Amino acid sequence: MTREGELEPTIFDLSERGRGGENVAPAGSDVLTAIPAGYRRRRPAALPELSEPQVVRHFTRLSQLNYSIDTGFYPLGSCTMKYNPKLNEHAARLPGFARLHPFAPEQAAQGTLQMLHELEQILCEISGFHAATLQPAAGAHGELTAMLMIRAYHRDRGDEGRTEVIVPDSAHGTNPATASMVGFTTITIPSAEDGSVDLAALRGALGPRTAAVMLTNPSTYGLFERAIVELLAATHAAGALAYMDGANLNAIMGRFKPGQAGFDAMHFNLHKTFSTPHGGGGPGAGPVAVGERLAPYLPTPRVLAEAAGYRFERPGERPTAIGRMSGFHGNAGILLRAYAYIRTHGGPGLQEVTDDAVLAANYLKARLGHAFDIPFDRPCMHEFVASAASIKRESGIRALDIAKALLDHGFHPPTIYFPLSVEEGMLIEPTETESIETIDAFADALLAIAAESHEDPDVVKRAPVTTPVRRIDETEAARKPQLRWQPELTNSKG
Amino acid sequence: MPYGPHTDADRERMLATIGVATVDELFADIPVAVREGGLALGPGEPEQLLMPALERLSARNDVGRVSFLGAGAYRHHIPAAVDEIIRRGEFMTAYTPYQPEVSQGTLQTIYEYQSLIAELTTMDVVSASHYDGASAAAEAALMMLRATRRERILVSEGVHPNVREVIATYFADRFALETVAVGEDGATDLTALQRALTDGDPVAGVMLANPNFFGILEPMADAASRAHEAGALFTAVVEPTSLMLLAPPGEVGADIATAEGQPLGMPLQFGGPYLGILAATQTLARQIPGRLVGSARDAEGRPCYVMTMRAREQDIRREKAASNICTNQALCALAATVYVSTVGPEGLRNVAAQGAERARELEAALATTGVLRTHTGPYLNEFAVDVPDAARVHADLLRRGFVAGLQLGPAIDDERFRDSLLLCTTEMTTSDDVTTFAAAVAATLAEVAA
Repeated sequence: MTREGELEPTIFDLSERGRGGENVAPAGSDVLTAIPAGYRRRRPAALPELSEPQVVRHFTRLSQLNYSIDTGFYPLGSCTMKYNPKLNEHAARLPGFARLHPFAPEQAAQGTLQMLHELEQILCEISGFHAATLQPAAGAHGELTAMLMIRAYHRDRGDEGRTEVIVPDSAHGTNPATASMVGFTTITIPSAEDGSVDLAALRGALGPRTAAVMLTNPSTYGLFERAIVELLAATHAAGALAYMDGANLNAIMGRFKPGQAGFDAMHFNLHKTFSTPHGGGGPGAGPVAVGERLAPYLPTPRVLAEAAGYRFERPGERPTAIGRMSGFHGNAGILLRAYAYIRTHGGPGLQEVTDDAVLAANYLKARLGHAFDIPFDRPCMHEFVASAASIKRESGIRALDIAKALLDHGFHPPTIYFPLSVEEGMLIEPTETESIETIDAFADALLAIAAESHEDPDVVKRAPVTTPVRRIDETEAARKPQLRWQPELTNSKG
Repeated sequence: MPYGPHTDADRERMLATIGVATVDELFADIPVAVREGGLALGPGEPEQLLMPALERLSARNDVGRVSFLGAGAYRHHIPAAVDEIIRRGEFMTAYTPYQPEVSQGTLQTIYEYQSLIAELTTMDVVSASHYDGASAAAEAALMMLRATRRERILVSEGVHPNVREVIATYFADRFALETVAVGEDGATDLTALQRALTDGDPVAGVMLANPNFFGILEPMADAASRAHEAGALFTAVVEPTSLMLLAPPGEVGADIATAEGQPLGMPLQFGGPYLGILAATQTLARQIPGRLVGSARDAEGRPCYVMTMRAREQDIRREKAASNICTNQALCALAATVYVSTVGPEGLRNVAAQGAERARELEAALATTGVLRTHTGPYLNEFAVDVPDAARVHADLLRRGFVAGLQLGPAIDDERFRDSLLLCTTEMTTSDDVTTFAAAVAATLAEVAA
């Protein structure tokens, strides 16, 4: 231990000069002579030196400080933390997939090209769209891709006055941030009383300057937009395009197809709906599907199926394309995992995923009874919002405290304080892969915490007490950020 | 459903608790006009049948040839320990560490990643990672625009063409993006750079790659000081394993460093998932997009880690955020951290040195067949050569069991390099690979000449 109370020393603190490195063969000659003196590194990099057993123990111990799907229930709303099948990991590591160079000659890459082409078609069937790009590496990256395409579409038509994007106040933060990245101005409209997009407010905001409307459906409240037909009609009547944030696709497979309904584009989060592992924050994949109007602008190169086999578009083959969004072909290894997941389920299985996800969310909502406020009390889709507003008024206990108390019950908390428009909100998404026993245990924990909030609020405020560390002073950490290990931060080795 | 736990009795109990008779009732909010009745996809395939099917699909890719492909993605030895660690469910199936009390594993590994990359690049602040090297470079270009409030970026032709294309896509004609040509030696033409810096609108930033796309070492320090004299920022695009030998971004005066992190323990896997490395000087710390992890203390004073400086991010600042980036490539950053820790400084230096050594053997062996380098500048482990009829030579060598690198002409759509092949060696290239390849090249050339 080099810092008092530290759970695990840093990899730097474990280093000792002269250890490790035997897993790479030595170079035979002094290669530095081939590098002109002015181009060489001056100060050697002080990287840690450890034996392999030390490295493995360090990271294994660190892993044990994490909560994960493999160790417990993770009802993080909007993130679809379902089980990540092991078969998909096996598939991604098959040598033909894992060792394929992105510039491999096309004749040597037919297996992967076929997979990519089929996945594009499958995603189009699920979403009801015409074509798709698999390049975007994440949902936000997909949003950016789509907004760039929408911008190109309007400009191509000489409609350059369209500089605004309309976003409901319940939208993910990525929506307005994406609009800004493309140079659009965000117009935020408030939600209606029942949690729907306010149709009148949308109509009021739409106009000749509107480039696009970004909708999340089901919304981030977990509610299906009952007026979706009217919302889309109003958007198109104003000459704008409709974009769907596909974060909540898990709720609608086989039940609603955004492309069929009239959306012009949507992104998928393969790491949500199609179970590719979240990896502590990534990598993910965020393909974008589009209708015929936007298809000419899809990023380049697309995979084409021809009699002679699969091939990529050649440079310049489709001049309307917005360009390239990824250094190579997107996160092919993630796309493969999603492809395997989809094949495991097939069409009927995917609809069952949706049905069971919606069933689980409604069941959990029903189990909570009146212990929490339910701002929008109608059947939810795959997730729902509960609020601790009444509990806070009566006991001072906030959603944050409840989240921390859940940790002591062995559960990962829901997403809290999102959507921003709900006071003391908790967005809860159980997913379809959790058993009724787990859902019941989680409901019981929430009910126990609600009761304790009234009876002994100080206990809840002190939580968590069973976790590796207690609550963290984030304000202090941000005031004087310490973003890397430095020798002077630690005491000398004991 | 393959991974579903519910029995029919469970479903009945749930429906009864909810107070509905069928699941269909829960979807009543979907208007009838847009309600769908299923998916036109085949039935599900049980694992027993799907696993061999995927193995057959994998076998349709041919990865058996001796390959000299590099061009931005590199075949390296990955110690077995790397995959063992990143496959642990505790790392792989966790999400963004929103609850730091139960995420110290992910948080500390990101902090260690930031520290390792800071040491390797000699930069102050390292983001928790981006999608890939190209998106990191695009974010760097946007940072330079924001920080200087200027609207013009100069990018060397030596920056990977795909990376330049991604930057252009992100810019979407909103900002000026100009290419500075490379000279006969394959390095950026500093006279042309100087001219571009002096003429026209003020330049926000300059971007050079080292080694560059053609494998050539660039005069990074010189280019950086010229950029600074013009009031512009300088971004160094680097290859991480080379930094044990080559002057790192901090030593050449770069304000921002980006890299494709794939060589640090990620398999090729057809281009992703890879790792976008983005680092900056302290001055630019609050301009850096993406997650950052800092050290902190908990309520009892215990040292720990937490996501920090969150006020830059999209979920808080929305339309005023530094970027729309939400996730990072945490698992890839973990792979890089375990990789660097496992091979250590000596191992990493040997990775770079062996690649460079094989490249010199390759240059010498090809010279005996009359195949010479395209450029004259110094290189590390990758260089272009000229052959008569590159397309035919490449195809013929493929039949002989070799991937003769990247055909530059078609790959970058540039007539000047129609007959150039970009060849790369790493520690995975054996001296025997070099000898047999040179012999095959000689045989192919004899056939082409005949």
